[in-house]
Amino acid sequence: MSPRYEVPGGDLSLAGRASAEVKRAPGRLGVDPAAIKRMAVATHEAEINMAIHAGGGHAEAEIVPGKIVVTLRDEGPGIADLELEMQEGYSTAPEHIRELGFGAGMGLANMKRNADELTIDSTPGAGTTIMIMIRLDTGRT
Amino acid sequence: MNVRDIVSTLEGTLLTGEELLDLDIKAACGADLMSDVMAFVNDGVVLLTGLVNPQSIRTADLMDIRVIVFVRGKVPPKDMVAEAQANGMAVIATRYSMFLACGRLYAAGIRSGGTRDIR
Repeated sequence: MSPRYEVPGGDLSLAGRASAEVKRAPGRLGVDPAAIKRMAVATHEAEINMAIHAGGGHAEAEIVPGKIVVTLRDEGPGIADLELEMQEGYSTAPEHIRELGFGAGMGLANMKRNADELTIDSTPGAGTTIMIMIRLDTGRT
Repeated sequence: MNVRDIVSTLEGTLLTGEELLDLDIKAACGADLMSDVMAFVNDGVVLLTGLVNPQSIRTADLMDIRVIVFVRGKVPPKDMVAEAQANGMAVIATRYSMFLACGRLYAAGIRSGGTRDIR
């Protein structure tokens, strides 16, 4: 099972749909709700980043025994300095995004905190692929 | 403290969520920054916010927040209330400022901030 969701660019009023789906879909299959929530939060952060910075992209969720993997791909400008971007409070979000309650520079660090494994593969000018893996057997909350 | 008590403590108006009036709430979080709500909040809080846009409803849904209070006299538009209703949330509007709304809830017995450990 690997549902695919489009993540719209620019318009934050539509962002968050993929993570809402991620959160609701596996819940019906009896997966640990704490793991689902971690996945939904990490995915939501990634979607918002994608909508703000990359003009949208798409997300795919894969549920395999013992883990959920969400892969998000965009063809945006890429991340110039990943180490800097991982620091809490560092943000390149424009003012109109901050007025919507986002762009506080917490996104990447929050993704890392919630994921059991996070890989960010970014090429400036060519886009970013983010893989978020959540293990279902950790009992972590 | 239940949702009914929150409405009366804040002299607020319940816009949707009558079925949640007896829901017990032990912690509260006041934030206009949804990034921080996503980064710090644990389960079971009432969210107090002055941010009136659909992302406040969506962030609350994401974080399993069932009760949202809009402060400073802000009243969300009907489509936002409908989205909250569809998500099974209660929405309250109060004329109190963020500081006074938080203070009133604290004085009335909610003593936890509902966040993860902050170092």
